[in-house]
Amino acid sequence: MKKRDFVLVGAVLAAALLCWLVPRALGIFGRTQDTELVITVDGEEYGRYPLSEDQVIKINETNVCQISNGEVNMTEADCPDKLCMHQGPAREQGQTIVCLPNKVVLEITGETQENQADSVAQ
Amino acid sequence: MNRTASMGLFSAVAIILGYVETLLPVFTGIPGVKLGLANLVVVFLLYTFSWKEAAVVSVIRIIVIGFLFGNLFSILFSLAGAGFSLAVMTGIKKISGMSIVGASIAGGVTHNLGQILVASVVLENKNLLLYYFPVLLIAGLITGFLIGLLSAEILKRTAGRNRL
Ligand SMILES: [Zn+2]
Repeated sequence: MKKRDFVLVGAVLAAALLCWLVPRALGIFGRTQDTELVITVDGEEYGRYPLSEDQVIKINETNVCQISNGEVNMTEADCPDKLCMHQGPAREQGQTIVCLPNKVVLEITGETQENQADSVAQ
Repeated sequence: MNRTASMGLFSAVAIILGYVETLLPVFTGIPGVKLGLANLVVVFLLYTFSWKEAAVVSVIRIIVIGFLFGNLFSILFSLAGAGFSLAVMTGIKKISGMSIVGASIAGGVTHNLGQILVASVVLENKNLLLYYFPVLLIAGLITGFLIGLLSAEILKRTAGRNRL
């Protein structure tokens, strides 16, 4: 390895650290309380579900996900790769489970209707 | 061996490496992250021939693996990652002062970023890119580093031999 290789390694590490710290410092990611599961199919919102309630959600005819103990998992999928079923559990704001072939995204968001009402009231 | 036959051989090796990768569940946790074993062949070809041979073998590998284990989407994502990565590695190879390991690291990082970039555009979800950005950088760094070391070793051992 040459000197510029080490410069590159340093730059990648610094960029990774920065991109990890800044969104968490700003509160965009990382929250685990008062969060909701947002399901989108093909870019359209399919539904919102509080993580505090255990339930099984059928997403059209293609996927099934489950909320239990504040965590989300994809439990059934008819896609060829089944990668989505191995991505969970998701429980932190910003985490996603993606089924690319079916264009299904499960995302944990902190922008719940309740939180938004709070910020308006302030 | 003539050029066409050796390209066929390298494509076969790349396809086998890509297949081996689908058997490893470890790296499937995050969309876009792959071990990129097949990138070994691409890096090797880039440094022994040129980016053209590397591109041909990449495209053949992606299409075959895509039809066997994925669908049109996975082909699109793989092409984005591989194209982005090969372009960056070709550029870095021309910069003096960077070794094959540096090029491979840059290739690994941009491979992952290219895939997640296309994923977040297709899925219309920018948080996907933001949230996994740091993880993808580190994963690309590690796999790129290992593949770079391996490629350097293979190049060293095959150097001077009347290959192809
Ligand atoms: Zn899936």
